[in-house]
Amino acid sequence: MTASNSRRTFLKNTLLASGGLVIGVNWLTGCQNASSDAALTMPKEWFNFNAYLKIGENGVVTIFTPNPEFGQNVMTSMPMIVAEELDVDWKNVLVEMAPFDTVKFPGGPFGQFTGGSRGIMSKWEPLRNAGAAAKHMLKEAAAQAWQVPAAEITTSAGVLKHEKSGKSAGYGEMASAAAKIPVPEKPTLKEIKDFKLISQSQKNVRGKEIVTGKPLFGVDYKVDGMLIAMIAQPPAFGMKLKSVDDSAAKAMPGIKDVFTIKAYNDGYEKNMFDVNAFPELVAVVGNSTWEVMQAKKALKIEWEPIAAYSETVAGFAGKQTVNVPAGLESSTDHHAKMEALAAKPGKVVRRNGDPEAAFKKAAKVIERSYSCPHLAHNCMEPMNFFADVKGDKVKVAGPLQAPGIIEGTLAARMGIPVENIEIEFTRMGGGFGRRAYSHYLVEAALISQKVNAPVKLMYSREDDMANGVYRPAYHAVYRAALDENNQLLAFHVKAGGIPESPLHADRFPAGAIDNYLAEDWKMDSNITVGAFRAPRSNFIAGAEQSFLDELAEAMGKDPIEFRLELLKRAKENPVGEKNDYDAARYAGVLELVREKSGWGKTPVAAGVSRGVAAYFCHASYAAHVLDLTMENGKPVVQKVTSAIDCGIVVNPDAAANMTEGAVTDGIGNALYGEMTFKAGAPDKTNFDKYRIIRMSEAPKAIDVHFVKNEIAPTGMGEPPFPPIFGALANALYKATGKRVYRQPFLGERAVMG
Amino acid sequence: MANFTLNINGKQQQVDVDPATPMLWVLRDHLNLVGTKYGCGVAQCGACTIHLGDVAMRSCQLPVSQVGNQAVTTIEGLSENGDHPVQKAWLEHDVAQCGYCQSGQIMNAAALLKANPKPSDAEIEGAMNGNICRCATYVRIKAAIKSAAG
Repeated sequence: MTASNSRRTFLKNTLLASGGLVIGVNWLTGCQNASSDAALTMPKEWFNFNAYLKIGENGVVTIFTPNPEFGQNVMTSMPMIVAEELDVDWKNVLVEMAPFDTVKFPGGPFGQFTGGSRGIMSKWEPLRNAGAAAKHMLKEAAAQAWQVPAAEITTSAGVLKHEKSGKSAGYGEMASAAAKIPVPEKPTLKEIKDFKLISQSQKNVRGKEIVTGKPLFGVDYKVDGMLIAMIAQPPAFGMKLKSVDDSAAKAMPGIKDVFTIKAYNDGYEKNMFDVNAFPELVAVVGNSTWEVMQAKKALKIEWEPIAAYSETVAGFAGKQTVNVPAGLESSTDHHAKMEALAAKPGKVVRRNGDPEAAFKKAAKVIERSYSCPHLAHNCMEPMNFFADVKGDKVKVAGPLQAPGIIEGTLAARMGIPVENIEIEFTRMGGGFGRRAYSHYLVEAALISQKVNAPVKLMYSREDDMANGVYRPAYHAVYRAALDENNQLLAFHVKAGGIPESPLHADRFPAGAIDNYLAEDWKMDSNITVGAFRAPRSNFIAGAEQSFLDELAEAMGKDPIEFRLELLKRAKENPVGEKNDYDAARYAGVLELVREKSGWGKTPVAAGVSRGVAAYFCHASYAAHVLDLTMENGKPVVQKVTSAIDCGIVVNPDAAANMTEGAVTDGIGNALYGEMTFKAGAPDKTNFDKYRIIRMSEAPKAIDVHFVKNEIAPTGMGEPPFPPIFGALANALYKATGKRVYRQPFLGERAVMG
Repeated sequence: MANFTLNINGKQQQVDVDPATPMLWVLRDHLNLVGTKYGCGVAQCGACTIHLGDVAMRSCQLPVSQVGNQAVTTIEGLSENGDHPVQKAWLEHDVAQCGYCQSGQIMNAAALLKANPKPSDAEIEGAMNGNICRCATYVRIKAAIKSAAG
């Protein structure tokens, strides 16, 4: 979606939506104001200005957040952007989740997508326009009422003023007339220097509801007569349903029905988010969760191996054939096969200069291999969805990241037009990429259709962990050629994975080295994978940044200085043309983290070891310095200093929170994160075996700094995550004298060394 | 199925359920108190934490038949107006990201402070280690507990 397109469609739809009376309060929201410190009096009438806001006759403003909320706090930051341009007092704002609406919120399947750190980045302009357009209409209405030029009217905190005549009015007084004013073609936006609300931290607008346990999440969704459903799925990847004996289960108390459901219609062409390993599931439906859980245990199911198959999947790069092998895979085999494939030539995806010749004449070659296992997303709220199918009308509600994509899948599976589908977003208890693959929504609708009643489908934790859309297992080999003076001659990366490569061939240090070679490879698998917080980057950043650390040491250079030298080269005289990062912004976060951490200046305390790493992804830059001590063979992270350049920071304290979470999450995954398989079956299906970082293992302090600039916001949720793997690995080396190459660094071992 | 009279958030509540039903599902499915969350079902994540008397309990492992007339407190009953010192501290530090685990975190923290009003960092870590936050807001959770302790 281009910016100009976005502006045109925004204005068109604003026209469609403007005027008229809109009534309705979402069942999940009350009338708490945005700053959670007072209840607002609800207006008698609402006047709808555009898809993003309505104003009541009493001056209360409701702002709609277009994108689903999964903890990135867009429920707060997106309305802040509208409120800024509207010039309304934040205390007079109510916030609601917008409905799913592809007309009001254009952008094709990604119009209301939560993922890829694209929320604020993609909605910055539409949100500003929405607030500015409404402000323009209010000014015009006041100008007409007062018979003065609109240009002489000023606004502040929800009040219109005309200084010369001494007239003033609240937005509420003008709302009725203003909603009838033609929508401006190009509303005037504020100068960034005039922002009053943006970059001033505001508390989470749902904070009070969260700490008092109000119903907000998909699992909390309830309507009269609603039944509970659970599914039984194959115990292993590479298996499918053969037969089911449901006689005992059906006879159990509270059970309404047991039946099988088919994931897709025959011949259905999948899109890239239709990731689902199991073609047929057993559904158990009953009155309550506990009763359904018990009945599920009474099912007698036979499973059988799948045959290998190929399917066509429509992805970003057009239609692709995906081969799904038969067999029951194991992580031990995966690792051996990745090492074997890494030893063979890969597919060359970037070459600068003559790397082969440079390696031949090298005085010294450094070669290191890195790997990581699959990871499960493990959102705290297991997958679930509500569905109510009545004839050819479908209402669904629940946690999902990609409504614009699953809508088509659901329509195809049910054989109904998308116009007959209503999707409501609930707050998500985490997402991390998993809920972009929301086939559970289709399952819920199929179950509701069969039992002819509203249904909430609940995955157990075990179902959730074993029916994953996992982070792939990856492998990377890095090589560097040095001359007799330890100067860098050439750089080579060869990376692959199961079933995709983690390589971003055009990222740093591409562009900074004359002789550069990047190759990738991949291996088919029947274990389903998908996006996991900063896909691919979440592995390759740690590998690359560990290797650069080792390289700097071999070259006798300070690790920050070494990176800055490479970035200087990339900025002043870049190698190649497709480098996808801004070397100056990249250097900026390294310089900021160097200053804030006192790197090389402040002596670190006795026993403290430091590591540094930086990375670019999702259009933003992040650098971390990690300080740790070793206590009884265990790393204790004392402090992480972070520097982030994500352009304008809308809500700084919330962005700092996100960074703290990304840092801690990354340390947890680097040290312990691991999903392994034996004979196709996940070894871990609950938190007794799957280790998630806990409080005692979290950093003792995290100090977050943002680069101040006037660049339109870039990604925030993902960029701080990938580089922390490298900062941790590099600090561990300083602490133990040993480099770590294979994640998880600690795994099931109690201590390091 | 059997009838149980429960003392929940200071109110007598009647339910007719299988005696083995965990309190988690009694609260969520039968009493519409959905602030108590399902996370793992095996007492490993703490999302379902409630108070039995003054003690934090994992409600997913507590059969309704074992509760008797003991006072049960859920997140909805921790305070009348959401102004328990722990809840206030959570807002002051703006702890939550997704927010799903936070009822359990708050209930566990409130029980900790009742038993130990001035816990050390190590005591906080020890008491809170059973509560997973997948968004990893631990630094703020700890800071909020320290604020609530005063």
